[in-house]
Amino acid sequence: MPRGEEGLFRRVDEHARAPVRIEVDGVAATARSGDTLLVALLTVRARLRESEFGDGARAGFCLMGACQDCWVWTAAGERLRACTTEVAEGMHILTSGMPWPNPAS
Amino acid sequence: MAEPRIVIVGAGPAGMRAAARLVEAGLCPVVVDEAPASGGQIYRRQPRQFHRAAASLYGFEARKATGLHRMFDALLPRIDYRPETLAWNVYENVVHLRHGTESEALRFDALILAPGATDRIMPLPGWTLPGVYSLGGAQIALKAQACAIGARPAFLGTGPLLYLVAYQYVRAGAAVAAVLDTSPLAGRIAALPALSARPSMLAKGLYYTAWLAAHGVGMLSGVTPLAITGEGRVHQLRLRDSRGSEQIIACDAVGLGYGLRSETQLADLARCEFAFDAPSRQWLPVTDTDGRSSVPGVYLAGDGVRAAGADAAELAGRLAACAVLADLGRTVRPAETALLRRRLARTARFGRGLELGFSWPARLAGELPDATLVCRCEAITAGEIRGAASTFGAPEMNRAKAFVRIGMGRCQGRYCGLAGAEVLAAARGVPVEKVGRLRGQAPVKPLSISLAGAAP
Repeated sequence: MPRGEEGLFRRVDEHARAPVRIEVDGVAATARSGDTLLVALLTVRARLRESEFGDGARAGFCLMGACQDCWVWTAAGERLRACTTEVAEGMHILTSGMPWPNPAS
Repeated sequence: MAEPRIVIVGAGPAGMRAAARLVEAGLCPVVVDEAPASGGQIYRRQPRQFHRAAASLYGFEARKATGLHRMFDALLPRIDYRPETLAWNVYENVVHLRHGTESEALRFDALILAPGATDRIMPLPGWTLPGVYSLGGAQIALKAQACAIGARPAFLGTGPLLYLVAYQYVRAGAAVAAVLDTSPLAGRIAALPALSARPSMLAKGLYYTAWLAAHGVGMLSGVTPLAITGEGRVHQLRLRDSRGSEQIIACDAVGLGYGLRSETQLADLARCEFAFDAPSRQWLPVTDTDGRSSVPGVYLAGDGVRAAGADAAELAGRLAACAVLADLGRTVRPAETALLRRRLARTARFGRGLELGFSWPARLAGELPDATLVCRCEAITAGEIRGAASTFGAPEMNRAKAFVRIGMGRCQGRYCGLAGAEVLAAARGVPVEKVGRLRGQAPVKPLSISLAGAAP
Protein backbone atom coordinates (compact mmCIF):
# COMPACT_ATOMS: atom_id res chain seq x y z
CA MET A 1 0.00 0.00 0.00
CA PRO A 2 1.36 3.41 -0.87
CA ARG A 3 2.44 5.16 2.30
CA GLY A 4 0.58 8.33 3.08
CA GLU A 5 -2.39 7.20 1.01
CA GLU A 6 -5.49 8.95 2.27
CA GLY A 7 -8.46 6.87 3.38
CA LEU A 8 -11.79 6.96 1.57
CA PHE A 9 -14.07 6.98 4.59
CA ARG A 10 -14.40 9.79 7.15
CA ARG A 11 -15.33 9.11 10.74
CA VAL A 12 -18.06 11.53 11.76
CA ASP A 13 -18.82 10.32 15.29
CA GLU A 14 -18.07 7.61 17.89
CA HIS A 15 -14.42 8.62 18.14
CA ALA A 16 -14.03 7.41 21.72
CA ARG A 17 -13.88 3.68 21.05
CA ALA A 18 -10.88 1.59 22.08
CA PRO A 19 -8.07 1.25 19.52
CA VAL A 20 -7.55 -2.11 17.78
CA ARG A 21 -4.15 -2.84 16.25
CA ILE A 22 -4.03 -4.72 12.95
CA GLU A 23 -1.60 -5.22 10.10
CA VAL A 24 -2.55 -4.60 6.47
CA ASP A 25 -0.19 -5.93 3.81
CA GLY A 26 2.55 -5.86 6.43
CA VAL A 27 1.91 -2.26 7.51
CA ALA A 28 0.62 -1.50 11.03
CA ALA A 29 -2.73 0.24 11.23
CA THR A 30 -5.05 1.26 14.05
CA ALA A 31 -8.79 0.63 13.89
CA ARG A 32 -11.51 1.15 16.50
CA SER A 33 -13.35 -1.49 18.44
CA GLY A 34 -16.65 -2.19 16.65
CA ASP A 35 -15.35 -1.28 13.19
CA THR A 36 -16.07 -3.63 10.36
CA LEU A 37 -12.92 -4.74 8.61
CA LEU A 38 -14.06 -2.69 5.61
CA VAL A 39 -14.19 0.50 7.69
CA ALA A 40 -10.92 -0.33 9.45
CA LEU A 41 -9.19 -0.53 6.07
CA LEU A 42 -10.95 2.26 4.19
CA THR A 43 -10.38 4.88 6.89
CA VAL A 44 -6.63 4.50 6.27
CA ARG A 45 -6.48 3.60 2.58
CA ALA A 46 -8.47 3.78 -0.62
CA ARG A 47 -8.74 0.18 -1.78
CA LEU A 48 -9.57 -3.30 -0.50
CA ARG A 49 -8.62 -5.53 -3.39
CA GLU A 50 -7.74 -5.70 -7.06
CA SER A 51 -10.31 -7.00 -9.51
CA GLU A 52 -9.21 -10.44 -10.75
CA PHE A 53 -10.19 -9.26 -14.22
CA GLY A 54 -7.60 -6.50 -14.49
CA ASP A 55 -9.95 -3.53 -14.33
CA GLY A 56 -8.41 -1.95 -11.26
CA ALA A 57 -8.84 -1.46 -7.54
CA ARG A 58 -12.07 -2.15 -5.69
CA ALA A 59 -13.27 -0.94 -2.31
CA GLY A 60 -16.56 -2.78 -1.82
CA PHE A 61 -19.95 -1.52 -2.92
CA CYS A 62 -23.07 -2.64 -1.03
CA LEU A 63 -21.84 -2.84 2.59
CA MET A 64 -24.62 -5.36 3.31
CA GLY A 65 -23.08 -8.68 2.36
CA ALA A 66 -24.79 -8.88 -1.03
CA CYS A 67 -22.24 -7.87 -3.70
CA GLN A 68 -19.22 -9.91 -2.50
CA ASP A 69 -16.86 -7.18 -3.75
CA CYS A 70 -14.99 -6.64 -0.47
CA TRP A 71 -13.23 -9.95 -0.05
CA VAL A 72 -9.85 -9.80 1.66
CA TRP A 73 -7.60 -12.56 2.98
CA THR A 74 -5.91 -13.36 6.24
CA ALA A 75 -2.24 -14.31 6.18
CA ALA A 76 -3.42 -17.84 7.06
CA GLY A 77 -5.41 -18.01 3.83
CA GLU A 78 -8.91 -17.48 5.20
CA ARG A 79 -11.22 -15.42 3.02
CA LEU A 80 -13.17 -12.67 4.82
CA ARG A 81 -16.05 -10.53 3.62
CA ALA A 82 -14.82 -7.21 4.95
CA CYS A 83 -18.21 -5.51 5.27
CA THR A 84 -19.66 -8.17 7.58
CA THR A 85 -16.54 -9.04 9.60
CA GLU A 86 -15.77 -7.21 12.83
CA VAL A 87 -12.17 -6.14 13.18
CA ALA A 88 -10.15 -7.94 15.90
CA GLU A 89 -6.86 -7.20 17.60
CA GLY A 90 -3.88 -8.69 15.78
CA MET A 91 -5.57 -9.42 12.45
CA HIS A 92 -3.11 -9.74 9.55
CA ILE A 93 -4.94 -8.81 6.37
CA LEU A 94 -3.73 -9.19 2.81
CA THR A 95 -5.37 -7.28 0.00
CA SER A 96 -3.36 -8.36 -3.03
CA GLY A 97 -4.90 -11.62 -4.04
CA MET A 98 -5.00 -15.02 -2.43
CA PRO A 99 -1.99 -15.75 -0.22
CA TRP A 100 -0.95 -18.91 -2.07
CA PRO A 101 1.77 -19.86 -1.51
CA ASN A 102 1.83 -18.41 1.97
CA PRO A 103 3.69 -15.09 1.61
CA ALA A 104 4.57 -15.16 5.31
CA SER A 105 6.91 -18.10 4.74
CA MET B 1 -49.45 -34.15 16.90
CA ALA B 2 -46.06 -32.45 17.00
CA GLU B 3 -46.04 -28.70 16.70
CA PRO B 4 -45.58 -27.62 13.08
CA ARG B 5 -42.15 -26.23 12.27
CA ILE B 6 -42.38 -22.77 10.79
CA VAL B 7 -39.19 -21.22 9.45
CA ILE B 8 -38.90 -17.48 8.84
CA VAL B 9 -35.99 -16.25 6.73
CA GLY B 10 -35.07 -12.66 7.54
CA ALA B 11 -35.30 -10.63 10.75
CA GLY B 12 -36.18 -7.25 9.29
CA PRO B 13 -39.59 -5.62 9.81
CA ALA B 14 -41.48 -8.38 7.94
CA GLY B 15 -39.77 -11.34 9.60
CA MET B 16 -39.96 -9.75 13.06
CA ARG B 17 -43.70 -9.13 12.79
CA ALA B 18 -44.34 -12.59 11.37
CA ALA B 19 -42.49 -14.14 14.31
CA ALA B 20 -44.46 -12.07 16.80
CA ARG B 21 -47.80 -13.17 15.34
CA LEU B 22 -46.83 -16.85 15.44
CA VAL B 23 -45.71 -16.51 19.07
CA GLU B 24 -49.09 -14.90 19.88
CA ALA B 25 -50.65 -18.12 18.54
CA GLY B 26 -48.49 -20.19 20.86
CA LEU B 27 -46.04 -21.40 18.21
CA CYS B 28 -42.24 -21.31 18.33
CA PRO B 29 -40.92 -20.32 14.89
CA VAL B 30 -37.32 -20.67 13.74
CA VAL B 31 -36.04 -17.24 12.67
CA VAL B 32 -32.99 -17.36 10.40
CA ASP B 33 -31.11 -14.12 9.74
CA GLU B 34 -27.75 -13.42 8.14
CA ALA B 35 -27.08 -10.37 10.31
CA PRO B 36 -25.74 -10.55 13.88
CA ALA B 37 -28.73 -8.55 15.20
CA SER B 38 -32.37 -8.18 14.17
CA GLY B 39 -33.78 -5.07 12.52
CA GLY B 40 -33.01 -5.67 8.85
CA GLN B 41 -31.22 -2.97 6.89
CA ILE B 42 -33.66 -0.15 7.68
CA TYR B 43 -33.62 -0.67 11.44
CA ARG B 44 -30.09 -2.06 11.55
CA ARG B 45 -28.56 -1.74 15.01
CA GLN B 46 -25.20 -0.16 15.66
CA PRO B 47 -22.49 -2.40 17.19
CA ARG B 48 -22.45 -2.68 20.98
CA GLN B 49 -19.37 -0.40 21.19
CA PHE B 50 -21.35 2.52 19.73
CA HIS B 51 -23.43 4.85 21.90
CA ARG B 52 -25.29 7.29 19.65
CA ALA B 53 -28.94 7.93 20.55
CA ALA B 54 -31.67 6.27 18.51
CA ALA B 55 -32.82 9.66 17.23
CA SER B 56 -29.48 10.27 15.54
CA LEU B 57 -29.59 6.83 13.88
CA TYR B 58 -33.19 6.57 12.77
CA GLY B 59 -34.43 10.19 12.68
CA PHE B 60 -38.23 10.39 12.50
CA GLU B 61 -38.38 6.58 12.69
CA ALA B 62 -36.51 6.32 16.01
CA ARG B 63 -39.53 5.32 18.09
CA LYS B 64 -40.63 2.80 15.49
CA ALA B 65 -37.13 1.29 15.34
CA THR B 66 -36.60 1.01 19.08
CA GLY B 67 -40.16 -0.29 19.56
CA LEU B 68 -39.58 -3.03 17.00
CA HIS B 69 -36.21 -3.94 18.52
CA ARG B 70 -37.73 -4.18 22.01
CA MET B 71 -40.66 -6.21 20.73
CA PHE B 72 -38.35 -8.72 19.03
CA ASP B 73 -35.93 -8.92 21.96
CA ALA B 74 -38.87 -9.84 24.19
CA LEU B 75 -39.71 -12.72 21.80
CA LEU B 76 -36.25 -14.29 22.05
CA PRO B 77 -37.04 -16.75 24.89
CA ARG B 78 -39.99 -18.05 22.87
CA ILE B 79 -38.48 -18.44 19.39
CA ASP B 80 -35.59 -20.41 17.88
CA TYR B 81 -33.55 -17.41 16.70
CA ARG B 82 -30.56 -18.12 14.43
CA PRO B 83 -28.54 -14.94 13.79
CA GLU B 84 -25.45 -14.96 11.51
CA THR B 85 -27.06 -17.81 9.59
CA LEU B 86 -27.37 -17.89 5.82
CA ALA B 87 -30.30 -19.65 4.14
CA TRP B 88 -28.63 -20.70 0.92
CA ASN B 89 -31.06 -23.11 -0.70
CA VAL B 90 -34.65 -24.29 -0.57
CA TYR B 91 -35.45 -27.69 -2.00
CA GLU B 92 -38.87 -29.24 -1.55
CA ASN B 93 -39.66 -28.90 2.18
CA VAL B 94 -36.10 -28.32 3.33
CA VAL B 95 -34.22 -25.06 3.78
CA HIS B 96 -30.42 -25.33 3.80
CA LEU B 97 -28.59 -23.22 6.36
CA ARG B 98 -25.00 -22.26 7.06
CA HIS B 99 -23.80 -20.89 10.39
CA GLY B 100 -20.03 -20.39 10.62
CA THR B 101 -18.55 -23.63 9.38
CA GLU B 102 -21.65 -25.70 10.17
CA SER B 103 -24.40 -26.57 7.75
CA GLU B 104 -27.89 -27.83 8.46
CA ALA B 105 -30.81 -29.03 6.36
CA LEU B 106 -33.96 -27.95 8.17
CA ARG B 107 -37.29 -29.48 7.24
CA PHE B 108 -40.27 -27.11 7.46
CA ASP B 109 -44.04 -27.30 7.43
CA ALA B 110 -44.31 -23.65 6.48
CA LEU B 111 -41.66 -21.24 5.23
CA ILE B 112 -42.04 -17.45 5.40
CA LEU B 113 -39.46 -15.75 3.20
CA ALA B 114 -38.75 -12.15 4.23
CA PRO B 115 -35.26 -11.63 2.80
CA GLY B 116 -35.61 -7.92 1.99
CA ALA B 117 -34.06 -6.05 -0.90
CA THR B 118 -30.88 -4.47 -2.17
CA ASP B 119 -30.34 -1.26 -4.07
CA ARG B 120 -31.28 -1.42 -7.72
CA ILE B 121 -28.37 -0.32 -9.86
CA MET B 122 -28.02 1.16 -13.33
CA PRO B 123 -24.31 1.10 -14.11
CA LEU B 124 -22.33 3.94 -15.64
CA PRO B 125 -18.68 4.19 -16.67
CA GLY B 126 -16.55 4.35 -13.52
CA TRP B 127 -19.08 2.87 -11.09
CA THR B 128 -16.57 0.28 -9.88
CA LEU B 129 -14.03 2.93 -8.77
CA PRO B 130 -13.18 2.97 -5.06
CA GLY B 131 -15.50 5.56 -3.48
CA VAL B 132 -18.67 4.54 -5.33
CA TYR B 133 -21.18 2.81 -3.06
CA SER B 134 -24.79 1.81 -3.25
CA LEU B 135 -27.08 4.34 -1.58
CA GLY B 136 -28.02 1.71 0.99
CA GLY B 137 -24.31 1.10 1.57
CA ALA B 138 -23.70 4.84 2.06
CA GLN B 139 -26.48 4.84 4.65
CA ILE B 140 -25.11 1.74 6.42
CA ALA B 141 -21.66 3.36 6.67
CA LEU B 142 -23.25 6.25 8.53
CA LYS B 143 -25.83 4.38 10.60
CA ALA B 144 -23.85 1.31 11.61
CA GLN B 145 -20.29 2.65 11.54
CA ALA B 146 -20.49 6.45 12.05
CA CYS B 147 -18.57 6.97 8.81
CA ALA B 148 -19.21 9.01 5.68
CA ILE B 149 -18.21 7.40 2.37
CA GLY B 150 -16.14 10.50 1.57
CA ALA B 151 -15.48 14.10 2.55
CA ARG B 152 -17.58 15.42 -0.33
CA PRO B 153 -19.96 12.75 -1.64
CA ALA B 154 -22.47 13.20 -4.45
CA PHE B 155 -25.68 11.19 -4.50
CA LEU B 156 -26.91 9.92 -7.86
CA GLY B 157 -29.92 7.89 -8.91
CA THR B 158 -33.55 8.20 -8.03
CA GLY B 159 -36.00 7.36 -5.27
CA PRO B 160 -36.81 8.61 -1.80
CA LEU B 161 -33.61 7.12 -0.39
CA LEU B 162 -31.57 9.54 -2.53
CA TYR B 163 -32.87 12.53 -0.56
CA LEU B 164 -33.02 10.77 2.79
CA VAL B 165 -29.37 9.67 2.65
CA ALA B 166 -28.23 13.12 1.49
CA TYR B 167 -30.16 14.66 4.40
CA GLN B 168 -28.62 12.22 6.87
CA TYR B 169 -25.13 12.99 5.53
CA VAL B 170 -25.53 16.75 5.86
CA ARG B 171 -26.96 16.29 9.37
CA ALA B 172 -23.89 14.21 10.23
CA GLY B 173 -21.61 17.01 9.09
CA ALA B 174 -20.63 15.80 5.60
CA ALA B 175 -20.35 18.32 2.77
CA VAL B 176 -22.71 16.86 0.14
CA ALA B 177 -21.54 17.86 -3.35
CA ALA B 178 -24.92 17.44 -5.05
CA VAL B 179 -28.10 15.36 -5.22
CA LEU B 180 -28.65 14.22 -8.80
CA ASP B 181 -31.97 12.63 -9.73
CA THR B 182 -32.53 10.96 -13.11
CA SER B 183 -36.32 11.31 -12.79
CA PRO B 184 -37.87 14.48 -14.11
CA LEU B 185 -39.60 16.81 -11.67
CA ALA B 186 -42.79 16.55 -13.74
CA GLY B 187 -42.99 12.84 -12.96
CA ARG B 188 -42.91 13.51 -9.25
CA ILE B 189 -45.68 16.10 -9.58
CA ALA B 190 -47.76 13.59 -11.56
CA ALA B 191 -47.23 11.07 -8.75
CA LEU B 192 -48.57 13.39 -6.04
CA PRO B 193 -52.14 12.02 -6.01
CA ALA B 194 -50.89 8.46 -5.42
CA LEU B 195 -48.27 9.62 -2.91
CA SER B 196 -50.97 11.41 -0.90
CA ALA B 197 -52.25 7.95 0.09
CA ARG B 198 -49.76 8.32 2.95
CA PRO B 199 -49.67 12.04 3.81
CA SER B 200 -47.07 11.69 6.57
CA MET B 201 -44.63 9.90 4.27
CA LEU B 202 -45.17 12.49 1.56
CA ALA B 203 -44.64 15.27 4.10
CA LYS B 204 -41.34 13.71 5.23
CA GLY B 205 -40.12 13.48 1.63
CA LEU B 206 -40.98 17.11 0.99
CA TYR B 207 -39.33 18.09 4.26
CA TYR B 208 -36.01 16.41 3.34
CA THR B 209 -35.98 18.12 -0.06
CA ALA B 210 -36.82 21.54 1.38
CA TRP B 211 -34.26 21.07 4.17
CA LEU B 212 -31.52 20.20 1.67
CA ALA B 213 -32.39 23.25 -0.45
CA ALA B 214 -32.36 25.47 2.66
CA HIS B 215 -28.91 24.12 3.50
CA GLY B 216 -27.54 25.02 0.11
CA VAL B 217 -27.25 21.50 -1.31
CA GLY B 218 -27.45 21.58 -5.10
CA MET B 219 -30.19 19.34 -6.48
CA LEU B 220 -30.84 18.52 -10.13
CA SER B 221 -33.69 16.52 -11.64
CA GLY B 222 -33.93 14.82 -15.02
CA VAL B 223 -30.17 14.30 -15.30
CA THR B 224 -28.42 11.84 -17.60
CA PRO B 225 -25.36 10.39 -15.83
CA LEU B 226 -22.32 10.11 -18.14
CA ALA B 227 -19.33 8.86 -16.12
CA ILE B 228 -17.56 8.78 -12.80
CA THR B 229 -13.85 9.43 -13.28
CA GLY B 230 -10.68 9.47 -11.20
CA GLU B 231 -7.31 7.78 -10.76
CA GLY B 232 -7.85 4.87 -8.38
CA ARG B 233 -10.62 6.80 -6.61
CA VAL B 234 -13.46 9.17 -7.42
CA HIS B 235 -12.54 12.69 -8.53
CA GLN B 236 -15.59 13.81 -10.44
CA LEU B 237 -18.96 12.92 -11.86
CA ARG B 238 -20.00 14.00 -15.35
CA LEU B 239 -23.63 14.32 -16.38
CA ARG B 240 -25.98 16.04 -18.80
CA ASP B 241 -28.55 18.22 -17.08
CA SER B 242 -32.22 18.38 -18.07
CA ARG B 243 -31.48 21.15 -20.60
CA GLY B 244 -28.81 19.06 -22.31
CA SER B 245 -25.73 20.90 -20.97
CA GLU B 246 -22.83 18.87 -19.69
CA GLN B 247 -21.92 19.47 -16.04
CA ILE B 248 -18.99 18.29 -13.97
CA ILE B 249 -19.52 17.71 -10.26
CA ALA B 250 -16.32 17.62 -8.17
CA CYS B 251 -16.72 14.93 -5.51
CA ASP B 252 -14.66 12.22 -3.81
CA ALA B 253 -17.43 9.63 -3.41
CA VAL B 254 -20.73 8.72 -5.02
CA GLY B 255 -23.80 7.08 -3.47
CA LEU B 256 -25.65 5.35 -6.31
CA GLY B 257 -29.10 3.76 -6.37
CA TYR B 258 -32.36 3.64 -8.32
CA GLY B 259 -34.88 2.29 -5.84
CA LEU B 260 -34.84 -1.31 -4.67
CA ARG B 261 -34.73 -4.79 -6.14
CA SER B 262 -36.31 -7.66 -4.26
CA GLU B 263 -34.17 -10.58 -3.05
CA THR B 264 -36.16 -13.25 -4.89
CA GLN B 265 -33.65 -16.11 -5.25
CA LEU B 266 -35.00 -18.27 -2.42
CA ALA B 267 -38.57 -17.90 -3.69
CA ASP B 268 -37.28 -18.96 -7.09
CA LEU B 269 -35.46 -21.98 -5.65
CA ALA B 270 -38.69 -22.90 -3.82
CA ARG B 271 -40.26 -22.91 -7.32
CA CYS B 272 -42.66 -20.05 -6.70
CA GLU B 273 -44.34 -18.69 -9.78
CA PHE B 274 -43.14 -15.27 -10.99
CA ALA B 275 -44.84 -12.64 -13.14
CA PHE B 276 -43.57 -9.52 -14.87
CA ASP B 277 -44.54 -6.34 -13.03
CA ALA B 278 -44.77 -3.64 -15.70
CA PRO B 279 -44.63 -0.50 -13.49
CA SER B 280 -41.40 -1.58 -11.78
CA ARG B 281 -40.03 -3.50 -14.81
CA GLN B 282 -39.10 -6.49 -12.63
CA TRP B 283 -40.13 -10.12 -12.48
CA LEU B 284 -41.57 -10.71 -9.03
CA PRO B 285 -42.99 -13.74 -7.22
CA VAL B 286 -46.75 -14.00 -7.37
CA THR B 287 -48.69 -13.99 -4.09
CA ASP B 288 -52.26 -13.60 -2.98
CA THR B 289 -53.19 -10.59 -0.82
CA ASP B 290 -51.98 -12.37 2.32
CA GLY B 291 -48.58 -13.53 1.04
CA ARG B 292 -49.29 -17.10 -0.10
CA SER B 293 -47.02 -18.00 -3.00
CA SER B 294 -47.98 -20.46 -5.73
CA VAL B 295 -46.26 -23.22 -3.71
CA PRO B 296 -48.24 -24.64 -0.77
CA GLY B 297 -46.43 -23.97 2.49
CA VAL B 298 -44.28 -21.14 1.11
CA TYR B 299 -45.23 -17.57 2.08
CA LEU B 300 -43.58 -14.31 1.04
CA ALA B 301 -43.54 -10.97 2.83
CA GLY B 302 -41.92 -7.57 2.75
CA ASP B 303 -39.50 -5.99 0.29
CA GLY B 304 -38.38 -9.47 -0.79
CA VAL B 305 -41.59 -9.96 -2.72
CA ARG B 306 -42.16 -6.35 -3.79
CA ALA B 307 -40.30 -3.29 -2.59
CA ALA B 308 -42.83 -1.23 -0.64
CA GLY B 309 -40.87 -0.12 2.41
CA ALA B 310 -40.67 -0.92 6.10
CA ASP B 311 -44.24 -0.10 7.18
CA ALA B 312 -45.65 -2.28 4.41
CA ALA B 313 -43.21 -5.02 5.39
CA GLU B 314 -44.43 -5.01 9.00
CA LEU B 315 -48.03 -5.39 7.83
CA ALA B 316 -47.16 -8.04 5.25
CA GLY B 317 -45.12 -10.04 7.76
CA ARG B 318 -47.99 -10.18 10.21
CA LEU B 319 -50.46 -10.99 7.43
CA ALA B 320 -48.30 -13.84 6.10
CA ALA B 321 -48.16 -15.29 9.61
CA CYS B 322 -51.97 -15.08 9.77
CA ALA B 323 -52.11 -16.95 6.44
CA VAL B 324 -49.83 -19.67 7.84
CA LEU B 325 -52.04 -19.99 10.92
CA ALA B 326 -55.25 -20.13 8.87
CA ASP B 327 -53.75 -22.79 6.59
CA LEU B 328 -52.76 -24.82 9.66
CA GLY B 329 -56.38 -24.73 10.74
CA ARG B 330 -55.89 -22.23 13.56
CA THR B 331 -58.44 -19.54 14.20
CA VAL B 332 -57.59 -16.08 12.92
CA ARG B 333 -60.16 -13.34 13.45
CA PRO B 334 -61.38 -12.04 10.07
CA ALA B 335 -61.32 -8.49 11.47
CA GLU B 336 -57.57 -8.75 11.99
CA THR B 337 -56.76 -9.83 8.45
CA ALA B 338 -59.26 -7.35 6.98
CA LEU B 339 -57.57 -4.46 8.79
CA LEU B 340 -54.08 -5.59 7.75
CA ARG B 341 -55.17 -5.94 4.12
CA ARG B 342 -56.74 -2.49 4.12
CA ARG B 343 -53.63 -0.85 5.54
CA LEU B 344 -51.39 -2.79 3.17
CA ALA B 345 -53.46 -1.63 0.19
CA ARG B 346 -52.77 1.96 1.19
CA THR B 347 -49.02 1.35 1.27
CA ALA B 348 -49.30 -0.34 -2.14
CA ARG B 349 -50.94 2.76 -3.61
CA PHE B 350 -48.15 4.90 -2.17
CA GLY B 351 -45.59 2.44 -3.57
CA ARG B 352 -47.09 2.85 -7.04
CA GLY B 353 -46.70 6.58 -6.61
CA LEU B 354 -43.01 6.14 -5.83
CA GLU B 355 -42.52 4.01 -8.95
CA LEU B 356 -44.21 6.71 -11.01
CA GLY B 357 -42.39 9.64 -9.42
CA PHE B 358 -38.96 8.00 -9.26
CA SER B 359 -39.01 5.77 -12.30
CA TRP B 360 -36.24 3.31 -13.11
CA PRO B 361 -34.29 4.93 -15.99
CA ALA B 362 -34.46 1.99 -18.40
CA ARG B 363 -33.56 4.27 -21.32
CA LEU B 364 -30.02 4.69 -19.99
CA ALA B 365 -29.17 1.01 -20.61
CA GLY B 366 -29.35 1.35 -24.38
CA GLU B 367 -27.05 4.40 -24.31
CA LEU B 368 -24.28 2.90 -22.14
CA PRO B 369 -20.93 2.93 -23.97
CA ASP B 370 -19.87 -0.61 -24.99
CA ALA B 371 -16.91 -0.53 -22.58
CA THR B 372 -19.09 0.09 -19.49
CA LEU B 373 -18.82 -2.69 -16.93
CA VAL B 374 -22.29 -4.04 -16.20
CA CYS B 375 -21.16 -7.04 -14.12
CA ARG B 376 -18.68 -5.90 -11.49
CA CYS B 377 -17.94 -9.48 -10.34
CA GLU B 378 -16.38 -10.57 -13.61
CA ALA B 379 -15.91 -7.28 -15.48
CA ILE B 380 -18.45 -8.04 -18.20
CA THR B 381 -19.27 -5.06 -20.38
CA ALA B 382 -22.40 -3.73 -22.03
CA GLY B 383 -20.69 -4.51 -25.35
CA GLU B 384 -20.29 -8.18 -24.41
CA ILE B 385 -23.99 -8.42 -23.53
CA ARG B 386 -24.84 -6.81 -26.87
CA GLY B 387 -22.53 -9.37 -28.46
CA ALA B 388 -24.52 -12.14 -26.80
CA ALA B 389 -27.51 -10.78 -28.71
CA SER B 390 -25.88 -10.00 -32.05
CA THR B 391 -23.22 -12.72 -32.38
CA PHE B 392 -24.85 -15.58 -30.49
CA GLY B 393 -28.51 -14.60 -30.87
CA ALA B 394 -29.20 -15.00 -27.15
CA PRO B 395 -32.97 -14.53 -26.86
CA GLU B 396 -33.10 -14.15 -23.10
CA MET B 397 -30.97 -13.59 -19.99
CA ASN B 398 -30.14 -17.19 -19.08
CA ARG B 399 -28.83 -17.86 -22.57
CA ALA B 400 -26.85 -14.61 -22.46
CA LYS B 401 -25.45 -15.80 -19.12
CA ALA B 402 -24.32 -19.07 -20.71
CA PHE B 403 -22.64 -17.22 -23.58
CA VAL B 404 -20.96 -14.28 -21.86
CA ARG B 405 -21.29 -15.02 -18.12
CA ILE B 406 -23.52 -12.03 -17.26
CA GLY B 407 -25.03 -12.86 -13.84
CA MET B 408 -22.66 -15.82 -13.35
CA GLY B 409 -20.40 -14.06 -10.84
CA ARG B 410 -20.33 -14.25 -7.10
CA CYS B 411 -23.11 -11.72 -6.48
CA GLN B 412 -25.36 -14.04 -8.52
CA GLY B 413 -26.73 -11.24 -10.68
CA ARG B 414 -27.97 -9.11 -7.79
CA TYR B 415 -26.32 -5.99 -9.17
CA CYS B 416 -26.13 -6.67 -12.93
CA GLY B 417 -29.30 -8.70 -13.52
CA LEU B 418 -31.90 -5.98 -13.99
CA ALA B 419 -29.62 -3.56 -15.87
CA GLY B 420 -28.22 -6.43 -17.97
CA ALA B 421 -31.76 -7.37 -19.00
CA GLU B 422 -32.36 -3.79 -20.14
CA VAL B 423 -29.11 -3.81 -22.15
CA LEU B 424 -30.04 -7.13 -23.79
CA ALA B 425 -33.62 -6.01 -24.51
CA ALA B 426 -32.42 -2.72 -26.03
CA ALA B 427 -29.89 -4.59 -28.20
CA ARG B 428 -32.57 -6.97 -29.40
CA GLY B 429 -35.16 -4.23 -29.80
CA VAL B 430 -37.72 -6.07 -27.69
CA PRO B 431 -39.60 -5.16 -24.50
CA VAL B 432 -37.61 -6.06 -21.39
CA GLU B 433 -40.10 -8.75 -20.29
CA LYS B 434 -39.23 -10.68 -23.47
CA VAL B 435 -35.68 -11.31 -22.25
CA GLY B 436 -36.92 -12.94 -19.05
CA ARG B 437 -35.05 -13.02 -15.80
CA LEU B 438 -31.97 -14.73 -14.40
CA ARG B 439 -32.99 -17.95 -12.67
CA GLY B 440 -32.00 -18.21 -9.01
CA GLN B 441 -29.23 -20.72 -8.33
CA ALA B 442 -28.04 -22.32 -5.11
CA PRO B 443 -26.04 -21.38 -3.20
CA VAL B 444 -27.51 -17.87 -3.24
CA LYS B 445 -24.25 -16.61 -1.73
CA PRO B 446 -20.75 -18.12 -1.98
CA LEU B 447 -20.01 -21.08 0.32
CA SER B 448 -16.85 -23.07 0.73
CA ILE B 449 -16.85 -26.32 -1.25
CA SER B 450 -16.35 -28.41 1.89
CA LEU B 451 -19.44 -26.94 3.52
CA ALA B 452 -21.74 -27.44 0.53
CA GLY B 453 -20.44 -30.99 0.21
CA ALA B 454 -21.27 -31.71 3.83
CA ALA B 455 -24.93 -30.90 3.37
CA PRO B 456 -27.27 -33.87 2.91
